[in-house]
Amino acid sequence: MSDIQSPLPGTFYHKPSPEEPPFKAPGDAVAVGDQIGLIEVMKTFIAVTADIAGTFKSYNVDDATPVTAGAVLAELD
Amino acid sequence: MAIQRLFIANRGEIAVRVVKAAKALGIHTIQAHSEADTEMLAVKLADEAICVGPAQSKDSYLNIPAILKAAKATKADAIHPGYGFLSESPAFARAVEEAGLIFVGPSADTIERMGDKVAARQAAEAAGVPVVPGSDGRIDVSEALSVAEKIGYPVMIKAAAGGGGRGIRIAKDEAELKTLAPQAKAEAEAAFGDGGLYIERAILSPRHIEVQILGDGETAVHCYERECSLQRRRQKVWEEAGAMCLDDETRESLCASAVALAKAVNYRGAGTLEYLYDEAANEFYFIEMNTRIQVEHPVTEMVTGVDLVAEMIKVCGGAALSMTQDEIKKTGHAIEVRLCAEDPFLNFMPWPGVVSTLKEPTGDGVRFDHFLSEGYQIPPFYDSLLGKVIVYAETREAAIDKLVEALESMEIGGTKTTAPLHLALASDPEVRKGAFHTQWLEPWLEAGNLSATKGDAA
Repeated sequence: MSDIQSPLPGTFYHKPSPEEPPFKAPGDAVAVGDQIGLIEVMKTFIAVTADIAGTFKSYNVDDATPVTAGAVLAELD
Repeated sequence: MAIQRLFIANRGEIAVRVVKAAKALGIHTIQAHSEADTEMLAVKLADEAICVGPAQSKDSYLNIPAILKAAKATKADAIHPGYGFLSESPAFARAVEEAGLIFVGPSADTIERMGDKVAARQAAEAAGVPVVPGSDGRIDVSEALSVAEKIGYPVMIKAAAGGGGRGIRIAKDEAELKTLAPQAKAEAEAAFGDGGLYIERAILSPRHIEVQILGDGETAVHCYERECSLQRRRQKVWEEAGAMCLDDETRESLCASAVALAKAVNYRGAGTLEYLYDEAANEFYFIEMNTRIQVEHPVTEMVTGVDLVAEMIKVCGGAALSMTQDEIKKTGHAIEVRLCAEDPFLNFMPWPGVVSTLKEPTGDGVRFDHFLSEGYQIPPFYDSLLGKVIVYAETREAAIDKLVEALESMEIGGTKTTAPLHLALASDPEVRKGAFHTQWLEPWLEAGNLSATKGDAA
């Protein structure tokens, strides 16, 4: 089991856009480099990617929520 | 009735600027803030502060009902919108008016009219202000050649129904237009189901010149022009007053045209008319009006001595303009650079750090408008502008020298800023000569001019 942390402070999003499904759902396979979310920082969107492989367990913060740098955004099994 | 309790519906450096100006006028200040902005400098400086919602702008600084509720709860009699956020929202200005409060800016109707590209162009033409020559509304392919002949090449062909730059083509002569117009029509039909075209003169590599105006609803004056041609992604990064590329005669007719339009719309408050300037042809064309105070207003204040923010508060409180055109004199040269929390060496990546040390630039003719303090966590939720370094000297050359001194003496620890970009620009021979235009900065950056300078050590 491992955590994916936020590289920057900002607003975390589960989805590429409000109309689309989340990047990952529970049970999805996650490869190194897979995008799991977006951080909006100072009006710029930065991709959050997995640096280890695993199976997606859950998002740890709600969609469109403020997060600090280092906050756990998601967990893998 | 003069304003007595001013509610500031904005944040960052402009909120600080408005709070200070209002307090100097003896006005009680009420600063709005989001949950993420409780430690903001304007909150500390204002007489009182009130939270208007969560961190995200849409829930706080852009939330009209929340702002009106907070303004009423604090018994404000006026609202200053700053720039950005709701400053150019006719719906907000109208809601403020309907709540019986003063909106520090023009009427909702004026904001609406000048915010609409077509209506603004018509108002400008009616006031005798030059606009980019173009077709009178939509045309079809067969009319394109005769219209282009009249307005002059090169011409830009756009889809009449489109927007956002889709289907734009530039034809430099008749032969090119004959090929491109049918293509543009086909593309417009495919994209919008409407093959109507619009043609206007293409102003290649224009300079961006703008005129500051002030109005009290009855009359209007100008405070001369600024040049803001150094832009990245359509954001101004370096602004000057005045525009060295203009001769006196052109400057006079440019400023007079801005006053004519301001008077024609009975403008109240501070406003800016933006123009494209074709240096080779020595011609200027109105493009749009900003019905609010602008980020770069300090350069105008430095060369004219007019306090634009104080004046807009006074006239919106019902006072007549405190000066006539004859009393507004311009001397010397001023430059402003925008300091953003970004890493200029890493493609301007946002960098919302904690300010560990702060040594402000000081000196005669140096001004620093900002909202920083030591220990301040720069919030990641808003734009990256931290402040502005403004310098004033007798000549442009001396102003650039002073800018270098100011930037080198300043220290902002704990975060990256765009100061290295400004130092590199200040030492560039083309910038020194004033030989640039709106399409200059991005290729300069792409060519690696920034990483090749001494700022690289930062």
